[in-house]
Amino acid sequence: MAYATLAEDLKELHHPKTWVGKYVWSQDHKVIAVQYMITAIAIGMVALVLSDLMRMQIGFPGSLGFITPEKYYQFITIHGMIMVIYLLTALLLGGFGNFLIPLMLGARDMVFPFVNMLSYWVYLLSVLVLVASFFAPGGPTGAGWTLYPPQAILPGTPGRDWGIILMLASLAIFIVAFTMGGLNYVTTVLQARTRGMTLMRMPLSVWGIFVATILALLAFPALFVASVMMMLDRLLGTSFFMPSLVSQGQHLGYNGGSPILFQHLFWFFGHPEVYIVALPAFGIVSDLLSTHARKNIFGYRMMVWAIVIIGGLSFAVWAHHMYVSGMNPYFGFFFATSTLIIAVPTAIKVYNWVLTLWRGNIHFTVPMLFAIGFIFTFINGGLTGLFLGNVSVDVPLSGTYFVVAHFHMVMGVSPILVIFGAIYHWYPKITGRMWNDRLGKIHFWFTFIGTYLIYFPMHYLGLLGMPRRYYEYGHTAFIPDSAHMLNAFITVIALGVGASQLIFFYNMISSYFYGPKAPGNPWRATTLEWQTPTTPAPHGNWGPKLPVVYRWAYDYSVPGAPEDFIPQNVPAQGTDRHHKT
Amino acid sequence: MAIVVAVLIFGSLAFHFLTPWYFTPIASNWTSIDTAVNITFWVTGAVFVAINLFMVYALIRYSSKRGGKASYEPENAKLERRLTFWTAIGIATLLAPGLYAWDQFVTIPDSASVLEVVGQQWGWSFRFPGKDGVLGTTDVQYVSDDNPFGINPSDPYGRDDVLISDNTVHIPVGKPIKVLLRSKDVLHDFYVPQFRARMNLVPGLITYFWFTPTKVGTYEIMCAQLCGIGHYTMRGTVIVDDQRTFDAWLKTQPTFAPAAGARQALNSRGLPAAKVKLAENRN
Repeated sequence: MAYATLAEDLKELHHPKTWVGKYVWSQDHKVIAVQYMITAIAIGMVALVLSDLMRMQIGFPGSLGFITPEKYYQFITIHGMIMVIYLLTALLLGGFGNFLIPLMLGARDMVFPFVNMLSYWVYLLSVLVLVASFFAPGGPTGAGWTLYPPQAILPGTPGRDWGIILMLASLAIFIVAFTMGGLNYVTTVLQARTRGMTLMRMPLSVWGIFVATILALLAFPALFVASVMMMLDRLLGTSFFMPSLVSQGQHLGYNGGSPILFQHLFWFFGHPEVYIVALPAFGIVSDLLSTHARKNIFGYRMMVWAIVIIGGLSFAVWAHHMYVSGMNPYFGFFFATSTLIIAVPTAIKVYNWVLTLWRGNIHFTVPMLFAIGFIFTFINGGLTGLFLGNVSVDVPLSGTYFVVAHFHMVMGVSPILVIFGAIYHWYPKITGRMWNDRLGKIHFWFTFIGTYLIYFPMHYLGLLGMPRRYYEYGHTAFIPDSAHMLNAFITVIALGVGASQLIFFYNMISSYFYGPKAPGNPWRATTLEWQTPTTPAPHGNWGPKLPVVYRWAYDYSVPGAPEDFIPQNVPAQGTDRHHKT
Repeated sequence: MAIVVAVLIFGSLAFHFLTPWYFTPIASNWTSIDTAVNITFWVTGAVFVAINLFMVYALIRYSSKRGGKASYEPENAKLERRLTFWTAIGIATLLAPGLYAWDQFVTIPDSASVLEVVGQQWGWSFRFPGKDGVLGTTDVQYVSDDNPFGINPSDPYGRDDVLISDNTVHIPVGKPIKVLLRSKDVLHDFYVPQFRARMNLVPGLITYFWFTPTKVGTYEIMCAQLCGIGHYTMRGTVIVDDQRTFDAWLKTQPTFAPAAGARQALNSRGLPAAKVKLAENRN
């Protein structure tokens, strides 16, 4: 049996005795999870402020005098980089991966707790190196988050002296950190599941995180080598990505490199990265919907296979980011086809979420509101992906605000809604306290409606033909004044959405101190993390004996059962009709 | 929640049909791209409305306030198979016109004339092959103040090439043009929204695309690939003329002179001193 050795529970955990051992140099996956979450959200706040600053420049050009073109390009670059890598990836895998995997699988901890601890501290180092670039001479890099060479390392791009070096170093350090965490997640899922927890009984949250971690372990190395190669180009004058060129009148010594090679490496990482963020969100939202609709997830096996198939296909679609890059145009036929095929399993997931609501008993709790909000924004963002994935349709839209709107809707707003839902959902288990319901709902409405008002109209600026990454548009004949007014409107909403996040922080922090004590299983959920002996769960999670699993994760509203949920560790009762897995 | 989602569905639809912001009127042959975009809008729009309305109905009908109990139905293989099948049909409906247009995109008509676009931080220049119809070869190593285009001075084909170095180019209406793209420094993108077709400029490579301008007029070129701090200032102009106006304009433009040095050659052809100055500044 795959789970035999570790689930035998022979190894004793070393319990730390000091405060520092418990909360700083902690090897407890739950503490590491919280460390990851707080760090990711803190650096995410920096990115949020940067986005508001750049929106001020777009909506009201010149209103903030200190935003020079140089600063503007630095802001957009660091905003994108933080949001994609240091917030979303770190929060979903480092944060929720750490918290949920051992608890949902009935393990005492990750398989390698010490490596897990190192993973967090190395991640923190990568964040600090990134932040350091703000204080370096010339500031952070302004090459755009895609860091395309040659411009990323040439004069004429902000942060060319120090910023780009620190950026590349930070990415490399992040990947080292992630690899330590990622190997842990995969090993734990494969080796440390408790008795009875077969792979096909795992909650979809774990499936999503598990497959995303495998993707990340395979995709990040491409970014790692690309970072190292660009660093060599910048520091040692190698020519991996640099052809011979004349930079601002100067003949440089580079010769024979290929800028497009970098794009292939970057997007070979970059497209799976979309699913590294999306798959955990898919998994988590499935569990939120099922729990709060009091109904089993519809088509569990199909959902698992869809996650696996999407993960596999995600490695065969990367060049849809490069249709107009100058690569051989015949690649377009292949990548358009593979990209549109990936829409089929993705659509199945959407159907199954909606069919989970169908004939459910829907409780409109705060986590549920966020989950439903996710379905709506994800449908929107997924469908616009069918424009951009379909090679010739992409040609007029590439590099415009249509792209900006699409990827913010699909991998900005959608996963963020899931993350908020997940934080509200698991907060009682993490802290032992309940948050304020009214504030949670206000936060939801501001965030959900606000982000939709920002990104839905933005698509049409892209259709009009407004290119992204413009410091200002000046007078351009085909851009009417109304488009600039729309940009001002979007900026106002964006500032409002940004400010409304203070409600969230107030709610989370004050509830931690003053919130009412939470019961162990406030949502009456079936999965193991809600069945811990105490809340918050102690170090080692389960007290003297590990739980034993008898059923799948979705026995809600089983006919004949006394309650509308049967936890996974409850043996068969004779009356209940549990799903055969 | 259900009501808000319903409002957002119909609000989005209303916005789509009433929006003042949409594609600029097309000025090239690429109506097949617009057709593919429109088909995609109809198919995705229908799916958007259908799934979301279904969700709205479920949210109202199965709210816990109605006090019902959830049903227990783990799977429905038949329904799942059907949904997969119809999704695949929908995807094929989108892919077909997309690939059809792309097939045209990669097939360059034999009759296409050639225009070379050269990008550098942060401006555009252009080159037409001269009477011989062939562009002279180029290399970055030849780029200098006297030879901003980097044309090989010993290549006889380059001597009659017509050089346009002031961000504005004229092209004739109704004739297919193969645009060859070349960059001296970093990535750029030759983007004229009204033409729909476009492509990146990549240093070290010559990239290309083709289109046929169909409407006489003046169109703005906007660089659409981040190329450094002056990216947003990298503008240019394409003026689509009727054939006669174009021919007259082309005649007045300077050609590349052989090894003797471009500056004297340009001056001997009576190019205004200001233009030479501009070419120098840009280097």
